[in-house]
Amino acid sequence: MTPVKNERLDQAFRAIRQEAEKRRKAFTEAPIPKIHIGMATCGIASGALETKKAFEQALDERNIEARIHTVGCLGHCYAEPIVIIEHPDSGFPPIFYHEVTPGKAQMLVKLFLEGGDPRFEHIYGATEENDLIPSVMEFARFNLEKRVVMEKCGHIDPEDIYDYIASGGYSTLVKALKLNPEEIISEVQRSGLRGRGGSGFPTGRKWDLAKSSGEHEKIVICNADEGDPGAYMDRTIIESNPHQVIEGMAICAYAVGAQKAVVYVRSEYPLAVKIVSKAVQQAEELGLLGKKILGSSFDLKIDVFQGSGAFVCGEETALIRSIEGFRGMPRHRPPYPVKKGLWNKPTVINNVKTLASVPPILNHGATWYREIGTENSPGTAIFSIVGNVVHAGLVEIPMGVSLRTLIFDICGGIPKNKKFKAVQIGGPSGGCLNEDFLDTPIDFDSLTEAGAMMGSGGMVVMDEDTCMVEVARYFLDFTQKESCGKCTFCRIGSYHLLKILERLTKGQGLEGDLKLLVTLSKDIKAGSLCGLGQTAPNPVLTSIKYFRDEYEAHVKEKRCPALMCRPMIAFYFDLDLCARGCDACATCCPVDAVFTTSNRKKGVDQELCVKCGECMVVCPPEYDAVRKISPPHLVPTVEKLPEKKE
Amino acid sequence: MNQELTAEDKATLKHLASKLETFEKQRGNLIPILQMIQNELAYLPLEALKMVAQHLEIPECEVYGVATFYNQFRFHPPGKHPIKVCLGTACHVRAGDIILENFERKLEISEGETTPDREFSIERVACVGCCALAPVAIIDETVHGQMAPSKVEGLITRIEIEKEIAEREKQKSDSGQE
Repeated sequence: MTPVKNERLDQAFRAIRQEAEKRRKAFTEAPIPKIHIGMATCGIASGALETKKAFEQALDERNIEARIHTVGCLGHCYAEPIVIIEHPDSGFPPIFYHEVTPGKAQMLVKLFLEGGDPRFEHIYGATEENDLIPSVMEFARFNLEKRVVMEKCGHIDPEDIYDYIASGGYSTLVKALKLNPEEIISEVQRSGLRGRGGSGFPTGRKWDLAKSSGEHEKIVICNADEGDPGAYMDRTIIESNPHQVIEGMAICAYAVGAQKAVVYVRSEYPLAVKIVSKAVQQAEELGLLGKKILGSSFDLKIDVFQGSGAFVCGEETALIRSIEGFRGMPRHRPPYPVKKGLWNKPTVINNVKTLASVPPILNHGATWYREIGTENSPGTAIFSIVGNVVHAGLVEIPMGVSLRTLIFDICGGIPKNKKFKAVQIGGPSGGCLNEDFLDTPIDFDSLTEAGAMMGSGGMVVMDEDTCMVEVARYFLDFTQKESCGKCTFCRIGSYHLLKILERLTKGQGLEGDLKLLVTLSKDIKAGSLCGLGQTAPNPVLTSIKYFRDEYEAHVKEKRCPALMCRPMIAFYFDLDLCARGCDACATCCPVDAVFTTSNRKKGVDQELCVKCGECMVVCPPEYDAVRKISPPHLVPTVEKLPEKKE
Repeated sequence: MNQELTAEDKATLKHLASKLETFEKQRGNLIPILQMIQNELAYLPLEALKMVAQHLEIPECEVYGVATFYNQFRFHPPGKHPIKVCLGTACHVRAGDIILENFERKLEISEGETTPDREFSIERVACVGCCALAPVAIIDETVHGQMAPSKVEGLITRIEIEKEIAEREKQKSDSGQE
């Protein structure tokens, strides 16, 4: 690029940047309080819309001037709805409030915004260091994280492009447009960035292969078809900071020489679809996408394609078939999509997190990125940690942090003082690891070695009450339904794998089932074309490997040690503890299986009981009289049912 | 697939036929067209699939094959109050299947079906993204977190009562006008 062209780029961007800074300045310097509300799907599901309405109403009623700033998700799902209030006049720093219900919102307006009292009992922490209130940065959940991809998530308004530009957005695209495509690719290669979609293929190499394919027309696809149950980081990134993904796509397209790009996002994520479409439109309006971007000779058109809910479409060749309008069935590779992809054009398919990592890498340089994480897996990993863990949500950590640090320090461990049992990493295709692996560092290679995989980053923590056979059955149930049906081993093999597991969880396991499970699993792995079939038996194989005694108890003793498989347990009341006249269990039972004995205590009609466990939840803790037992024939006999009155 | 079309549906179908013309006759448009139809009608009737096949000049079986491949597409009209029970991993670990069972028992239909009066339908969905609230059920558009089997009956009764109140008030206002 010639200096003249560089000058033209700078000039074109300067005007946009100045406008963004002007708007930002007007916002931050206004002497009125600012209320930041997290409004991504998780926030909305927890009631953020009602909270916002309550704020608006209360501000209106009390005639207080304040700005409500809707932002994306911070990743602290356990604390939603989250509100950060800046009230400069009160002398307090910006304060982070968690679980802000409409009632709490009204109270904060009245007492804090009007009265100047921040209500210490409701504060989670301050968002910056100060002398008055402890900062959230003192919590492990905040200070052990390292935010690269999600740095701006939860701080900017995803629906306002100027908010992103004012915090440094799109300046990396300008920087990239001044470089040669080769320079960008070699920088990405040097950073060691590996694809965050699961397999960990070096991104720079993929780009290089696409660039050197020789064809003129090329396509970039952003894979946001996040189908894993329990993983939602791609959605959160798109909902909280769509422009960083678009900027990454634009840089990638420029580097490989593509003129077209597609964001493939699940239609089950309506908010993400809306936000990313709006973001593309805004970027086009400002000339950051479209024809002759910022006066350069680079054109890029981004389309949004809504995936229709097929898990297998996360696989790149299946995804391509689905955009072309066919059933999403994977095909044989090679040829790889970088040679022959969408409409037979060379296609680069990258995950949302991979593309969102590109702007920070180019901005700070490959050396900076290499300093984060480990030698072979540089950078950060984003996990959505759910299940039996105190601080569930999204966590971005440098690669190489141990599972123990992640689960116990950052996420607060297991609730209710239960014992840790297993962690399932990598979604339905990952593996279950037991506590021996807690000190395993999290990176691509160590996890694969342990039998799990990085996957897209779903992590389910399970406590001692979770039955591993049942968990394996659950994941198999999912992958069996999602098998596209192309390969016989995957289609029929996974069906039979599921049938055997169902048999085990019903207490009908046969001698030799364990051996059969292992053989069949290995055959499915060997006989399947795509990642779905090759990894579907992983939960079964790893759980048999690390929790064999549990499987054996199911087969030999027809007993579920974790007391979870419902056909193998029974509920009863400990009559020494049951209180006379308390009807909590009887009133909540959905099938009226609880009856009153002659001495006014309770018994369970085992014929009627559906084993929902509701009586156990409602039994007042001072009695705590409901017990579970496995196998069910051990249940103590209680008095007969009272005669029914006609 | 052999649901009777209501008069309203037929009118929408006509409107859809004109809308189809805005799509180019490209195979790549098949899924966006099906999504558009489902957005309008909330399901894909057989007639609509035939229309699409004609428009794109591809066999009907191809359209049917693609539509049935993807989870998103529905071939039965949903109920007025669709009930979606989340069975993502977090909800499963916290007994989401029991919630689903309770809805099924209460409404006497199984997952994927609609009650004969077209009031309720039950669907299982993958993660809705509020794992911290697990188990979760969505009725209409409202998310109900921390579901319990005993809450199921109350939620359905509430909708039924609300319907009754609305009907009674309508009757009242009707008789008032006369």
